[in-house]
Amino acid sequence: MSAAIAIGGTLRRIGAILLRHLYLWRGSWTRLFDLLYWPVLQVTIWGFMTEFLAGKSAWVAQAGGVFIGAVLLWDVLVRGQFGMTLSLLEEMWSRNFANLFVSPLRPAEFAAALMALSIIRSLIGVVPAALLAIPLFGYSIFTLGLPLLAFWILLMIFGWAIGLVLCGLLVRFGLAAESYAWASIFVLAPFSGVYYPIETLPTWLLPVAWALPTTYVFEGMRAVMIQGVFRLDLMAWALALDLVFIALGFAAFLWAFRQARERGSFMHTGE
Amino acid sequence: MVTENWSAAIGRQYNELMAPPVIKAAGLAKRFDKLTAVDAIDFAVPKGSITGLLGGNGAGKTTTIGMLLGLIVPSSGTIEILGEDMIRHRYRVLPRMNFSSPYVDFPARLTVRENLSVFGAIYGVRGLQARIAELAGDLNLRSFLDQKAGSLSAGQKTRMALAKALINTPEVLLLDEPTASLDPDTGDWIRAYLTSYSRRNGASILLASHNMAEVERLCDQVLMMKQGAIVDRGTPGELIARFGRDTMEQVFLDIARAGAQPIAAAS
Repeated sequence: MSAAIAIGGTLRRIGAILLRHLYLWRGSWTRLFDLLYWPVLQVTIWGFMTEFLAGKSAWVAQAGGVFIGAVLLWDVLVRGQFGMTLSLLEEMWSRNFANLFVSPLRPAEFAAALMALSIIRSLIGVVPAALLAIPLFGYSIFTLGLPLLAFWILLMIFGWAIGLVLCGLLVRFGLAAESYAWASIFVLAPFSGVYYPIETLPTWLLPVAWALPTTYVFEGMRAVMIQGVFRLDLMAWALALDLVFIALGFAAFLWAFRQARERGSFMHTGE
Repeated sequence: MVTENWSAAIGRQYNELMAPPVIKAAGLAKRFDKLTAVDAIDFAVPKGSITGLLGGNGAGKTTTIGMLLGLIVPSSGTIEILGEDMIRHRYRVLPRMNFSSPYVDFPARLTVRENLSVFGAIYGVRGLQARIAELAGDLNLRSFLDQKAGSLSAGQKTRMALAKALINTPEVLLLDEPTASLDPDTGDWIRAYLTSYSRRNGASILLASHNMAEVERLCDQVLMMKQGAIVDRGTPGELIARFGRDTMEQVFLDIARAGAQPIAAAS
């Protein structure tokens, strides 16, 4: 019974944080527009790029929509991370941290709320861009079928892992770490083979690439789109790495919270 | 505002005297690298009392409040609140406490009602909308309940912060400068409300303040802090008499300027 009450309390507090952001979005159309802007812009650019290259490259012609699929899935990862760090930054900008953390809200519940928010943000951002690609470029990412769900989940988990580390940095160092929240994720793009097969990288970089779950997902996406094969082995590797990274992300996040409490940072966050 | 008859007041005071303190700090210290912000302080806050934490800038008031709230981990010492070890089990106590400070803000784009709804949900308040309506009546929020928090005046913001601090009807209320930047009328009104709230609910209030008139009027006991230590304590009347002064402001200046040393005072 007491476990049920505790779980009920946890869900209620997570729901309260979601409610706070839903109120924010309801009252701020600019924030909603911001969620849509980049995915739509990226799809448009890569859609035209695909049309241009299709006449010049047999590889691109064979795998119609490989770039659009890549850009949409890459955006799932980016929204997964941004969804967490932006939601945390909203609390920092509004100097609301102390109010939240003198309440019964626990850091793990706050992290769970940030994850849920990132799912909502990615759906709001990526789904309209994916739908737009259908009439504009005649490509539907939804034709990937169930593998799309696997790719989405695996990328979202990795986005959370990076988001947790960056949220930890923000909690520990305050707004001084804000630029890392915006820029860090893009460092992974060259090593993840988002737009090109991983063999394109020099041999000495391959171990780095294969240490990232993203590499397996984008290789898996090309396997489905070009060879028509869903590579379960690649998905298993991606999931295993995701679990390692999410555990490390949680550890970093909780460590940062402890550090912030040691240093008294919560009393001044946002200043 | 609710008034008591004399027998009820005596009964309440007797019960409060016999009850264990709601806040008990022993040997509480906080060091940031080489700086000792709070230096092994001991104090207790009796049930139903209003205790003032006084001191100049950098005296250690905010750090002390931060430790009581669990926002800052003490370097040493113990904190017991409502019978629980606050350092080890703060989540057992936090639902029964609350806090307000003019230096902590609210999401500016949310209305007052939305902000209170979010915090009410976090605290698990039953009958939340009725509670918000009750607080809106008590604290005169009705006229701006659906206004965005970012558009409120300083006085309206303070009343909203107080409403958030009272949303869960806390047994322990920690307030950092509750009437800072308010005009005298609003400040006086808030002080009257806090006294009334404490009396009605048997709630204990610990407030940090620079406003000596406020402390004199509100507080049952005062803890004077300087350079991280409690250098004197007592009722406002006791402190005024001990220093041979007429007001708490003069006592404060004596302590701040004369380098008063901690003295063994009646706790």
